[in-house]
Amino acid sequence: MTAETNDKISKSPKNSLLFRNPVTRFLRENLGILIGLLILCLILVIYDFHRGRTVFLSTNNIMNVLRQMSTNLYIACAMTMIIILGGIDLSVGSIMSLSGCVTAMLLMYNNFSLFMAVMMGLLVGIALGAFNGLVVSKTTIPPFIVTLATMNIARGASYVYTGGQPIRVMSDSFNFIGSGYVLKNIPVPVIYLIIIVALSAFIMNRTRLGRHIYAVGGNPTAARFSGIKNARVLFFAFLFSGLMSAISGIVLASRMFSGQPTAGQGAEMDAIAAVVLGGTSMSGGVGKIGGTAIGALIIGVLNNGLNLLNINSFWQYIVKGVVILIAVYVDFLKKTRKQA
Amino acid sequence: MSESILLEMNHIKKEFPGVKALKDVSIQLRAGEIHALLGENGAGKSTLIKILAGIYNADGGEIRINGNPVVIQSVLDAQRNGISVIHQELVLVPHMTVTENIYLGREPVTTAGIVDYKKMNRDAKRILDSFELDIDPEEEVHRLTIAQQQMVEIIKSLSFNARILVMDEPTSSLSEKDVGFLFENIRKLRKANVGIIYISHRMSELKQITDRITVIRDGECIGDRDTASASNDELITMMVGRQLTNYYTRDFGEPQEPILEVRNLGDGKLLKDVSFELRRGEILGFAGLVGAGRSEVMKCIFGVDRFTSGEILIEGRPVKIRDPEEAMNLGIALVPESRKLEAIFPVQSVMFNITIKILREFIKGIFVDNKKEISITKKHVDNLSIKTPTYHQLLGNLSGGNQQKVVIGRWLATKPKILILDEPTKGVDVGAKAEIYAIMNDLVKLGVSIIMISSELPEVINMSDRVVVMRSGRVIECLPREGLTQEKIMYHATQLAG
Repeated sequence: MTAETNDKISKSPKNSLLFRNPVTRFLRENLGILIGLLILCLILVIYDFHRGRTVFLSTNNIMNVLRQMSTNLYIACAMTMIIILGGIDLSVGSIMSLSGCVTAMLLMYNNFSLFMAVMMGLLVGIALGAFNGLVVSKTTIPPFIVTLATMNIARGASYVYTGGQPIRVMSDSFNFIGSGYVLKNIPVPVIYLIIIVALSAFIMNRTRLGRHIYAVGGNPTAARFSGIKNARVLFFAFLFSGLMSAISGIVLASRMFSGQPTAGQGAEMDAIAAVVLGGTSMSGGVGKIGGTAIGALIIGVLNNGLNLLNINSFWQYIVKGVVILIAVYVDFLKKTRKQA
Repeated sequence: MSESILLEMNHIKKEFPGVKALKDVSIQLRAGEIHALLGENGAGKSTLIKILAGIYNADGGEIRINGNPVVIQSVLDAQRNGISVIHQELVLVPHMTVTENIYLGREPVTTAGIVDYKKMNRDAKRILDSFELDIDPEEEVHRLTIAQQQMVEIIKSLSFNARILVMDEPTSSLSEKDVGFLFENIRKLRKANVGIIYISHRMSELKQITDRITVIRDGECIGDRDTASASNDELITMMVGRQLTNYYTRDFGEPQEPILEVRNLGDGKLLKDVSFELRRGEILGFAGLVGAGRSEVMKCIFGVDRFTSGEILIEGRPVKIRDPEEAMNLGIALVPESRKLEAIFPVQSVMFNITIKILREFIKGIFVDNKKEISITKKHVDNLSIKTPTYHQLLGNLSGGNQQKVVIGRWLATKPKILILDEPTKGVDVGAKAEIYAIMNDLVKLGVSIIMISSELPEVINMSDRVVVMRSGRVIECLPREGLTQEKIMYHATQLAG
């Protein structure tokens, strides 16, 4: 070995400590998308300034953005794990709706206590997630197909169960779950959001399970040769996704004061968009919860901003699509430059 | 051989941010010549080839074909100039037929605008026949052997009027027999006045097939030699820039008691009645042709695959191994054959790759001991002389030799008693090879017992205490170190032994 490489190696522990600083690392990894978010916010602030008002940066509006993005981000956290594993979960939106409907029905028509009704709602999500996980890990059917099937089954179940009608919920305590506030003006869903993001990031960065997720996603054969039980890892991710979808569905039902069989339509696409915006690779192995959080934030600010700018809601879809494309393209450019 | 110079690359320079990949490289290829490009991993071979193929643009220098300067800035430019690269990974469409692959994207059509399959198949058959290849043009490509697939790819490029062929490690995944088949056909190309640039790490192959050898090191041309007059030692010295006195490092010890015994192992498919024993502190070589079942035996021992009959004893006690985790707990480690497919996590860091097996040592409950993680990594990076700028470098960015050392490090971290190495030096350059041999020698001295599967006979002969030869899923012989020759091993490995 040459002196030069010796030198490099002896330096590396210092180097790695620098790398370890979570804040610098986070900023470095998400630089592109953070700049995008900043530009977006700047446009909105300038627009406000121009009109001589402070709407976008008002506490109320910020809390509103956070509350609206929260249901998407719960799911997106689990989706990040699944996409890192090289899979996808299309059933999240349907599970949302079914969990919300089950909770609402049990509460209104079966005299369940709030606690029990919510538990049953969560259980539905867990069961469907477990089913996805079981089929994906025990067979070679691609996750896309398995969850496409579950998506239809769960959606159908919601319709059958509710007779296609929204189930109105008249219960203040239930409404608190999704529409309440704590500490004067922090929406309750934002509290869940903080807990879920922290928990997911902890799992991915600080536990063996997290490392196994990266390993299985990066190279499933090598993972198997390393004694990792791929099936268990996959099972967990889909189970987690089911649970997150259920939480998301119950919060949404509470916010809408009703369990709706049509709820959560397209939720899978919003979650995937947040994950991809956050820099997670669709081919697996790479990704971060922190990135996903920013991705969800961008979608949230975009939705909110387009409303503030009074842009026709039909046009909003087009703008969102274009922004996603640009963001992912910029990320792609960044990555290809790194490789050269 | 004709003396006309087909291709000249003069004073090619290429710089990447922070690295001078090519400082000044020149190469001359004559028509009908097979010209080897020799150099360690990272010497600049692939960069040079990528410039020729139009994937990278050179920062300086010129390319001439038949004496005329040409500009190659894209893959299309290269194709127009008759340059074709046969990559290590084949780029055929597996579920399309041979014909469809050859004519992909330029299928002949009838006047009605429908693909003219009859004409296509007829034309394909004619080219295949001209090479006396026994390949059905209507066969789907994935049913062919790798060597046959390579020929299809070569024919495809010839049908583009390629005059210059680049072959990047074409034999790395071929069996002996297929190598023979490939070489026979490469020689036919020589007669057709095609110029071939041939890249391989296998010295014996270069001797067999090439006419001239150009050696590059650290982005510079070290020189070229006629193959016939160049000695291996001279070439290796040119390549690594220093004398490799102890290429193989091995201090043989006294045989000790068996640590692993395999008795009458069978998997109901290929393996039948496989028995052998591994003694403490020895290197047991496993020789045989590709497909003889060597890797399959190891996969059974390691719990990746199931076996249906027979038993495995460790230190005299029968053991049950149902999955790799159980094997690991018994002190067995397996460095698999295909680094890329079975071993590395390319998009993860060196540290991640080294520590993935021993997370328990520094992740306890909810606490992660980063210092310990770094110190474990440092220990293995230092011991194995892994060359990496930081521990956070993505493994996919390191050279093959360093990747292999990382994989070995991952398994050494589990402190194995039995280390199974499946083709440990495949695709690894000479310098790193010597280092891996030294590592193996050190391990054995520390009391680790090693099984080494290898298709490189010199390696088997120089490193092993004893050599098990397999053929068609059976153990044919267990040869002692004394009097071991390549001929003796091949005699047992091929049908010759009856």
